Amino acid sequence: MSQSILIDGIEVPFKSNQTIMDAALAANIYIPHLCHNPCIKPHGSCKLCTVEVNGHTTSSCTTKAEDGQKVINNSEKLNKARLTITQMLFIEGNHLCPTCEKTGNCTLQAVAYHLGMLDGHFPQFYPKREVDASHPSIMLDRDRCILCELCVRASREFDKKDVFAIAGRGDNAHLIVNSPSGKLRDSDIEQNDLAAHICPVGAILIKERGYEIPIGCRTFDLRSVTEIDLGDVKLSEKSSHHE
Amino acid sequence: MTAEHSPQNTDHLLHVLFREQQRARFISDEAINNISKSLNLPRAQVEGVVEFYTFFHRKPRGRFDILFSNCTSCGDTKLLKSLCEKLNVKPGRIRSDGLVSVDQTSCIGMCDHGASLLLNNCLTITSLTTERIDQIVKLIKSDTVIQAWPRQWFYIGDNIHKKGLLLTEPFKSGSALKAIIKRSSIDVIDEIIASGLKGRGGAGFSTGLKWKLCREAVGDTHYVICNADEGEPGTFKDRVLLNSYADLVFEGMTISAYAIGAKQGFLYLRGEYRYLLDTLNATLQRRRETGLLGNNILGQDFDFDISIVVGAGAYVCGEESALIESLEEKRGIPRIRPPFPVTQGYLGQPTAVNNVETLAATAKIILHGDHWFKSHGTSQSKGSKLLSVSGNCARPGIYEYDFGVSLQEVLNDVGAENVQAVQIGGPAGRLLKPDHFSRSISFEDLSTGGSLMIFAKHRDMLAVIHNFSLFFAHESCGFCTPCRVGTRLLEKNMSKLCSGRSTAYDIDEIRHLSALVSQYSHCGLGTSAANPIMDGLKNFPNAFEKRLLNREMEPEFDLDSELSEARLMTNRDDPGAHL
Ligand SMILES: Cc1cc2nc3c(=O)[nH]c(=O)nc-3n(C[C@H](O)[C@H](O)[C@H](O)COP(=O)(O)O)c2cc1C
Ligand code: SF4
Ligand code: SF4
Ligand code: FES
Repeated sequence: MSQSILIDGIEVPFKSNQTIMDAALAANIYIPHLCHNPCIKPHGSCKLCTVEVNGHTTSSCTTKAEDGQKVINNSEKLNKARLTITQMLFIEGNHLCPTCEKTGNCTLQAVAYHLGMLDGHFPQFYPKREVDASHPSIMLDRDRCILCELCVRASREFDKKDVFAIAGRGDNAHLIVNSPSGKLRDSDIEQNDLAAHICPVGAILIKERGYEIPIGCRTFDLRSVTEIDLGDVKLSEKSSHHE
Repeated sequence: MTAEHSPQNTDHLLHVLFREQQRARFISDEAINNISKSLNLPRAQVEGVVEFYTFFHRKPRGRFDILFSNCTSCGDTKLLKSLCEKLNVKPGRIRSDGLVSVDQTSCIGMCDHGASLLLNNCLTITSLTTERIDQIVKLIKSDTVIQAWPRQWFYIGDNIHKKGLLLTEPFKSGSALKAIIKRSSIDVIDEIIASGLKGRGGAGFSTGLKWKLCREAVGDTHYVICNADEGEPGTFKDRVLLNSYADLVFEGMTISAYAIGAKQGFLYLRGEYRYLLDTLNATLQRRRETGLLGNNILGQDFDFDISIVVGAGAYVCGEESALIESLEEKRGIPRIRPPFPVTQGYLGQPTAVNNVETLAATAKIILHGDHWFKSHGTSQSKGSKLLSVSGNCARPGIYEYDFGVSLQEVLNDVGAENVQAVQIGGPAGRLLKPDHFSRSISFEDLSTGGSLMIFAKHRDMLAVIHNFSLFFAHESCGFCTPCRVGTRLLEKNMSKLCSGRSTAYDIDEIRHLSALVSQYSHCGLGTSAANPIMDGLKNFPNAFEKRLLNREMEPEFDLDSELSEARLMTNRDDPGAHL
């Protein structure tokens, strides 16, 4: 028996246990998202993927698809809210895109372009956050962390380690490293771990890879986030490498 | 953590951290490493938990560590300030000699006693006055051990002013259990369903139905949890129930266990109520000794025990799935729901979470029958409700009414005059104006977990709303973007408004933000965080407009307040240090 949902009027089939996000990705429909990645169990924190289902707003990455569901995704109202949420993510951290090695490859930046973001809108929080440059090959710059916990989950679920966690509460929440000193150097992270590559922003970077691809020729310089994220090219390569 | 543990749960992470905080006055890196080793938990989990809860500190606190409530009912910023001045200590900092530290905390549930504080995270002093502050200052300055402080300062009375269905008749421990032990569990559940009892913790879900769903859910074992987190500012009825009706509550938990087939129960007690812990444990012990808990309860094939886990200052842990995370020794982050705790709760097993008052009601229903219960209240709201009344009135305290009572009748009974506003259901509830006072307290009209805060005409409602927005920003767990960032932005906007620097543009901003936070947040904390602001704009528009600048736009940046850090560093606050 084939089941389907309607996303913005388009019939989209799904298999049991799939979420609305899973079904959309499989059908090449883009729902903006930042804390979701197909190889990791969803947890629904960024709220960018919020859609309307039968009149209620819900995170599409954690909501199970159900036969006959009517989903609104690409509406003006939702995209406006997504824009505001993206601005919130920018102003609560310290994002200096022109100086960031991730620029052009950064999903936060790409989503912001996609949603037509022109400024941060809100006053900056200018939080004080620590940089951890202790590891020989991996760099952690918390200024850019958006608390999506992809690295936390990738390390736990995929790498079978437990390198990252979140500490603190509210706007004090911050990424910590699970090692006796709290430094990356003393953790068991390795350069080939998924956790070292999954960060959607420039918070976790591989060292000594500066400007290998010139600005202007990077992932999102060439294609929009709506295309790239669908296939999740880099990641599926990464996962096959691991299996 | 496994289901095997001592009755007192001494090795629960929250309890181990509490002892370490008491011993060393902070949780050091070394302590985190040691605790993670001895409890066999990842270091980052221990660190994450330490930094999540208000009562744990990564930097040393004073030998006398004071947390002053900043609730509109049991707080008083003027007294807090004078305490700090007299002790020569800056709020949030430790005095250089290590003697004392003073900080703020959210409502500590003493709203019927006026301004109150927590001392060393384990004792509560209420009814603070300028004189009492002076006496406290003297004791601290002379480094007098707490054991030598006047005992009566730590006594906390119940202030029950009106008793109804639950409170009138004294309860004989074991009487309700004896009435069910020969009945089938299905029968017990049916009676609770028939009574129409709905949860008293806020959401108002049918208690009998919850038990039925939990009973039917497949699992290796089932759990009962009593939610005694009572963090909603202005609520203190669970405190009174646990102080004077603990047997009734434990009996309700045991009935719930019988109904759903649980062997283990937990009482999750908010850290602010730690002073109740010894008495509660003694009550549990007495129940074990009289065959009402433990193996073969009342000689039947029914085993059940209860242990108490004490929180450490986090309002969000009242949300049932965050509570379960906290019980599992993690940060209190609300889970994705569904699955609900009835199918996947504590350790992934079916779990029935109920409020203190709900469980107390189940024991009474078993004793007197569902007809007795449902003959009180309204069509949608059966039985009675305990109200915690505080704020500007002659007789703050506990009032038990049948559902359907009008707000005005309550206001008359408590001696409230010149009332400008009532906040019902706490900051997460609704802010009402006098036009609403004829409405009735019930699930179908004015729903409340029990908090009823009264504000007389002289109160600055903008300051009240700002206080509530600070509460949410402070208590947001930080998991989802709209609440983590949005509650802080709302708080900043309210602060700007209160200082008279806002324009009509800012009001629009506040409206948009409020709508976003309430629609896009992950859990009930975020979805209700903007309620006081939205209600304020609707019901008290003048309070907002009066404070507006007559300009199109005012920059967010306030040069004088930006200098506050420099003032702090240079220890100056004289006129010359201001613009
Ligand atoms: C932020 C938040 C805080 C809550 N705090 C409490 C609380 O302190 N006590 C409580 O019983 N329920 C609280 N709840 C409601 C619980 O999630 C849950 O619905 C309730 O404990 C179920 O018990 P009941 O059905 O007996 O009401 C809170 C909910 C939220 C969203
Ligand atoms: S470091 Fe990157 S992947 Fe990890 S939580 Fe922060 S933004 Fe997400
Ligand atoms: S709404 Fe607030 S409290 Fe609830 S999950 Fe989101 S950040 Fe945490
Ligand atoms: S992608 Fe769904 S909430 Fe972040």
